[in-house]
Amino acid sequence: MDDAKAPVFEEGIDYTGAKLGMWLFILSELLLFGGMFILYAINRYKNPDDFHHASKELDVVLGTLNTIILLTSSLSVAVSITAVQKGARRLPMVLLMVTMALGLVFLVNKGFEWTTKIGHGIYPNSPALLARPKGEILFFGLYYIMTGLHGLHVLIGVCVLFVMLILLIKDKLNPTHFTPLENAGLYWHLVDIIWIFLYPLFYLIT
Amino acid sequence: MTSTEATERVRPRISFYEDRRGILSWILTLDHKRIGLLYLIFVIVFFFSGVVLGFFMRLEMVAPGGTIMGPQTYNALFTLHGIIMIFLVVIPAIPTVFGNFFLPIQIGARDVAFPRINLLSWWLYVSGAVIVFFSVFTGGGPPDTGWTFYAPYSLRTTVNVPLAVFGVFILGMSSILTGINLVTTTHRLRAPGMAWKRLPLFVWGIYATSWVQILATPIIGITMVLVFLDRFFGVGIFDPAKGGDPILYQHMFWIYSHPATYIMILPAMGIVSDVVPVFARKKIFGYTAIALSGMAIAAVGSLVWGHHMFVSGQSDFADILFSLLTFLVAIPSAIKVFNWVATLHKGSIVIEPPLLFCLSFIFLFSIGGLTGLIQGALAPNMHLHDTYWIPAHFHYIIFGGMGFGLFAGFHYWFPKMFGRMYNRRTAIRAWVVLLIGFNIFYFSMFLLGWDGMPRRYWDYLPQFRTLHLTATFGSWILIAGLILMFGNLFRGLFRGEKAQDNPWDGVTLEWQISSPPPTENFEKIPVIRHGPHDFKELEQNG
Repeated sequence: MDDAKAPVFEEGIDYTGAKLGMWLFILSELLLFGGMFILYAINRYKNPDDFHHASKELDVVLGTLNTIILLTSSLSVAVSITAVQKGARRLPMVLLMVTMALGLVFLVNKGFEWTTKIGHGIYPNSPALLARPKGEILFFGLYYIMTGLHGLHVLIGVCVLFVMLILLIKDKLNPTHFTPLENAGLYWHLVDIIWIFLYPLFYLIT
Repeated sequence: MTSTEATERVRPRISFYEDRRGILSWILTLDHKRIGLLYLIFVIVFFFSGVVLGFFMRLEMVAPGGTIMGPQTYNALFTLHGIIMIFLVVIPAIPTVFGNFFLPIQIGARDVAFPRINLLSWWLYVSGAVIVFFSVFTGGGPPDTGWTFYAPYSLRTTVNVPLAVFGVFILGMSSILTGINLVTTTHRLRAPGMAWKRLPLFVWGIYATSWVQILATPIIGITMVLVFLDRFFGVGIFDPAKGGDPILYQHMFWIYSHPATYIMILPAMGIVSDVVPVFARKKIFGYTAIALSGMAIAAVGSLVWGHHMFVSGQSDFADILFSLLTFLVAIPSAIKVFNWVATLHKGSIVIEPPLLFCLSFIFLFSIGGLTGLIQGALAPNMHLHDTYWIPAHFHYIIFGGMGFGLFAGFHYWFPKMFGRMYNRRTAIRAWVVLLIGFNIFYFSMFLLGWDGMPRRYWDYLPQFRTLHLTATFGSWILIAGLILMFGNLFRGLFRGEKAQDNPWDGVTLEWQISSPPPTENFEKIPVIRHGPHDFKELEQNG
């Protein structure tokens, strides 16, 4: 057993550890949304027709547009990480700003979608919604909670990317030290992949 | 001579207490030991708050009818007793106090992997506690739902449920961050030579616990958010009037809250596995079995939540499956018990307070575990569900198991944490009083439940009078024992004799550094050449 191996780590920053911590955090985030997906699955299983009808009322064009926006933003954040690794100075900043802008556009679109629905009298506990079949009440309840929770994560993601932008401007990220940006990118991809599941479940099930 | 010189060199004289001074050096500290002590202060304060609430509940039950309070007050008391004890004491206690303090030392590290996130966890814990505290005095009055917040009642009651569930959500975030921190620490910061099979079993216990914290806590997080949103926006996910399903609430709640009972017990099992070999002067029996059974409990224990819902109307198939899984989880638990007993067998046992607390842990946990099987079987559950049997069972597990494990940890690590020794004879006397009081109190509750006394009732029929009186009497003895024990520890803190660095002749790393430890733990990161139980005299005897 004398040759037993254990990681030797004494001084400096442990990049592998930082990434491990981030992955564990992402795992817990996935389970947070996992709880919501379970609720969605069971309620849809119980009310397939109501979910079908309610889903028809969502704006597929806007939803698809938002999907494209978020996927593009994932690309730009990934490229920005590679750019930092290769030693670029200006390019990663531009790419981060593009990512943040796309995130904000996503939120604006989402806001339009919500306000339109609320304008039609469809929001939790509204008289118009309560007059509908119970499955539709649940569908819109889940819609507001899940997209709302996701939107909150987009907002947090934009803030995290903003911090990364400041780090870049202050020259704190470079080809040997880029793990914070990598972890921020991981978080952004998480936000993205959750949307990849939300999109078909709400917009494409009719 | 060279070896003493070497040990002198790895022991800087300044302890982590003397390193920096002032309140800010504590509440903004990044030192894992200081953060552990910050948690300790709060855990003890909340523990006694919970005890006081429990004391008044028992006092109310001393005679039939209203004795000292009305039914609404009683509902608030058992709710707050549950929230405080579960979310503020037993879930965080061992991982945050001893996990923070000793896990890095035991693996030969200077600190946890993310010291700043560790401090953030503590601040979240304090914030969550403050929010729960305010929920008692603001809004429509203290929550009266029971700590389970079952829908739809929690959605309808006029009392201050939203603030309380928000507090629980914040406490959950704190718990997740602690879990992430300790898993990463165990993976990344082990000293050279500290292979997985050389980890002290306390580290294994905390490691398994941390995984449950990471994976299960988000579910209660989202559930609490849903209750919160329902109270403000009337979303109705769990509200049958709007198509929601209250049974789903119960599922979501127990998906976390059953694994949470393993968050409570696994670290305590880790303490017992560390303490028993030291006082039996013997290598632990079945090291691998104990380490892996902890992981097995964490895994299988995450799949048994439905046994809380046998009378809820879930399908028969689900009932049978959950009952089967419940029986399966007893196997790794029993493996641990047998291994501890086998370790004691033919050991040269030294009777000291930490060992006594561990022995009572094994005894009380066995009672709690076996009664758990009785109620985990479908037919008896119909009879026992929502009776006093259930709180009796889980107090044997949580208090008799986790609580006594925590007390064992107090008495085992006290000299290391504070550099002083408590009065050992008083500690043993306190242990005797605690054990007597505990069994009089909670065993009466088993009998009450068996006879059909429903839990959470403010009043009872005359035939339960004797047993209720006995239980209340037992609660007084128990509290006397607690006062004696904590009084003794508190006295030891200021008046106790100076402790040696290694008063129990332990061989894990925390006993190789000075008491209390220096801020950086080790001047030089140690190189590990043997397992956690290679006692010197054993080596000398071959």
